[in-house]
Amino acid sequence: MALVPGLIKGLGVTGGTLLRTVFPDGWKKPIPNPVKGAETVQYPHEKEAPPPRARGVIALHEENCTACMLCARECPDWCIYIEGHKEKAPPRRAGGKPRQVNALDRFDIDYALCMYCGICVDVCPFEALFWSPEYEFSEPRIADLLHDKSRLAEWMETVPDFEAYEAGSEAKVKKVPPT
Amino acid sequence: MIDATILLGELAYWQQTSLRVVGGLAAVLLIAGTLVYLHLFKLVSFMQSRLGPMEAGPFGSLQLLAEVGKFLQKEDLVPRKADRFVFLAAPFVVLVSTFLLVVVVPWGPDAWFIDSDVGIYLAMAVSSVSVIGILMAGWGSASKYSLLGGLRATGQLIAYELPLILAVIGVVIQAGTMNMQGIVYAQAEGSIFGWAGIGNPYFLTQGVGFLLFMIAMQAELTQTPFDMPIAESELVTGYMTEYSGMRFLLFFIGEFATAGVFSAIAAVLFLGGWYIPGIDPDDNIMNVLGPLVMLTKVVGLTFLVFWFRFTFPRFREDQLQKLAWKVLIPVALANIVVTGILKVAF
Amino acid sequence: MTAISDREKLSYIAAQAADARINLELETEGMTLNLGPQHPATHGTLRIIARLDGEQVISADPVMGYMHRGYEKLTEVRTYPQVTALVNRIDWVGSFANEVPFILAAEKLMDVEAPPRAQWIRTVLFELSRVANISLFLGDMALQLGATTPAFFAFRDREHVLNQIEAVTGGRFHPNFDRIGGLKDDLPAGWITETKRAMRKMRQFCNEMEQLVLGNEIFAARSRGIGIIPADIGLSYGLSGANIRASGVDWDTRRDNPCGLVHGELDWKVWTHPDGDSFARFWVRLQEVRESTKMIDQMLDGLPSGPIMAKVPRIIKVPAGEAYVETENPLGVMGYYVISKGELVPYRVKIRSASFSNISIAPWLLKGVYVPDIITILASLYFILGDIDR
Repeated sequence: MALVPGLIKGLGVTGGTLLRTVFPDGWKKPIPNPVKGAETVQYPHEKEAPPPRARGVIALHEENCTACMLCARECPDWCIYIEGHKEKAPPRRAGGKPRQVNALDRFDIDYALCMYCGICVDVCPFEALFWSPEYEFSEPRIADLLHDKSRLAEWMETVPDFEAYEAGSEAKVKKVPPT
Repeated sequence: MIDATILLGELAYWQQTSLRVVGGLAAVLLIAGTLVYLHLFKLVSFMQSRLGPMEAGPFGSLQLLAEVGKFLQKEDLVPRKADRFVFLAAPFVVLVSTFLLVVVVPWGPDAWFIDSDVGIYLAMAVSSVSVIGILMAGWGSASKYSLLGGLRATGQLIAYELPLILAVIGVVIQAGTMNMQGIVYAQAEGSIFGWAGIGNPYFLTQGVGFLLFMIAMQAELTQTPFDMPIAESELVTGYMTEYSGMRFLLFFIGEFATAGVFSAIAAVLFLGGWYIPGIDPDDNIMNVLGPLVMLTKVVGLTFLVFWFRFTFPRFREDQLQKLAWKVLIPVALANIVVTGILKVAF
Repeated sequence: MTAISDREKLSYIAAQAADARINLELETEGMTLNLGPQHPATHGTLRIIARLDGEQVISADPVMGYMHRGYEKLTEVRTYPQVTALVNRIDWVGSFANEVPFILAAEKLMDVEAPPRAQWIRTVLFELSRVANISLFLGDMALQLGATTPAFFAFRDREHVLNQIEAVTGGRFHPNFDRIGGLKDDLPAGWITETKRAMRKMRQFCNEMEQLVLGNEIFAARSRGIGIIPADIGLSYGLSGANIRASGVDWDTRRDNPCGLVHGELDWKVWTHPDGDSFARFWVRLQEVRESTKMIDQMLDGLPSGPIMAKVPRIIKVPAGEAYVETENPLGVMGYYVISKGELVPYRVKIRSASFSNISIAPWLLKGVYVPDIITILASLYFILGDIDR
């Protein structure tokens, strides 16, 4: 069996990768620098930035929320817990009737159950939920993965602005409400 | 160790022996450790565009120590149906052959453990002992995977010993002696068709033998492409599957130590051993430089072994045997004939 | 068969049981090797019970179901967007491709067509999932055969594709991006140039795999002539995708039955190989990855402008009816048979997954091969456990 040419070429591929990793700048700088040449990222010393649309964690903008319960209903895992009550808010103009508004008592998302699908963010009619690319929120205790209203409001600071679209798109760029 | 013979001559026999024992242990374990770090952790990782262990010590140099610590604190499991004595003794049998092998390798004109006139013959005989150890591991584990691995290993190792030994015979014919020190001197003082610039390293004049030895060595070490006995994706780890903790570490160190020692033997046989062209082989400085030169050559040869290991897929058992019996042994026999003819003619 | 009396049935069962007991006690048929649910070779929890005679297989039976998650029952109580999110996880390596036939079936029932831009981007993501899936296969089959390095190269270069999928959908492995009537969102600026760069890298990866694996004589010796599937036997077992194309059958649902995807408007080729052995299956998949990268380049050049979503109500109630849609997923042909009774949730969704039919040929194929060849054959058939067990 002709054993040689393919084997040598295969060795060439791995040998080439070895040289490219150890000497990433080629012939110009023959100093071994594998930290630069390797394609891996030394987490946690260096971190790769996820793209702005990455689904890391969900943030809540409380002013927009009316406790309509749509997100809690549509969640496939039923991991959103909402409690609200109705209040009488002052009338918009003087001499009018007091309005009934929904006030939010409790809005918890259990990130131990959440499957990060984004149905709640899609379905919210008042744009109160936003995606943030933050992913480093692991806890030693599972109970701490239940993020309450104040923690979800803190995540709003990490929500990036919506990106511009490609040419040819007719979609309008949405705005993230200022915190 | 400036003037080794004089120093050794003044010590009592038991002191000499204990020096040799400590030296032997150090030679095997240090080489194994260096090889594991350099090749397994680093060079191979670079081949795969990653960095390997970086956390334990600067650039991951203490990773092997960390691994030893990890293995030491693991539970020593023995399967219930295992043949207890055979199971427990197997790693030691494999290691014994490695330690016995290292005593024949010369590291300098006076830095050697034993200087026997049948050095290479002893080495070849002793290296077969590891086959028994692997078979013991395979049988004693009372597991079908291990048994399959052990049987495959036995067939493979016995088959590939023949090309190994036949390749060595070519070197012995050329050197005229089986003494390892003698082979080094033959290469140092020899000449290639009259030109004595670099002596006569046998990988140039015995190129076929060198290739045969390297291929057979790869098979004797059960490295891919000849790692059917381990065959990770089929047999989990073959004959080593049921071992845990320190015993597994013994097998692991044994694998790398054997790789180092076999490469040292190959360096002596084919690359000229501790001799570097330009320095007189009898000079006393070679007692210090010699081990370093040997280490460099060992690292170079093991790099080849591991480069092949991580690039190629593995042979199937019957293809492996076909390669040994139908290709390598006829070539080795032809090599001996040609070497003999050329030796008498020139 | 005609009606068998209960007595005959019982005596037949008793005879089988007696045979089994004798075989077990005397072990007259060699060693039983359990390539168990936890094994480095099977892509997940597949169990193969192989009876061996030395190193040769007498019979091999796959036992499936260790990863059964009850998808078809789950879909009976989930709304359509929730089902889309769940269905990502059937074939988790090329996950966008799982959503597509389901969404197309629902669109058929609702009589809604996605706008052209959405269809084109849907096809781009479909082909991206194929590239991600099959490049994993290329590295993985070499790994099964003993070469560790190609697997690392596969993971390294797949990152580029996954980064692109993440940039547009937000999730690397579970995009959850398809919606009835279009897609969730449009492409971010700069995505097209970045994806073209990623496709160039994937073509380089294919060249590397050709040199490192396909050209390797040891690989050829391990896979040529192993596990030959004749075309008629393969078709009778329901094989689909690259498995059957490697046996010479020229069948590709993207070209023969495109339904809502835009493959008909592109210039591409269906790759077949006459041999039908493991080498052929690897070869066909390698060419398919290359072809997919070229298709993606064509689609990105010719992307039409327009809206990304048709007019559909916010809360989707699919009208009553039945629809079956098949597409050429990376693993084979995947189909969804959706029966709706006009409510928020489907009445029944039957999932025809490719790997379930692909693995059904295993008992026939594994007879008489050596133990190492079991691994080669299973690796070349390429199944994902989530796809088998659902």
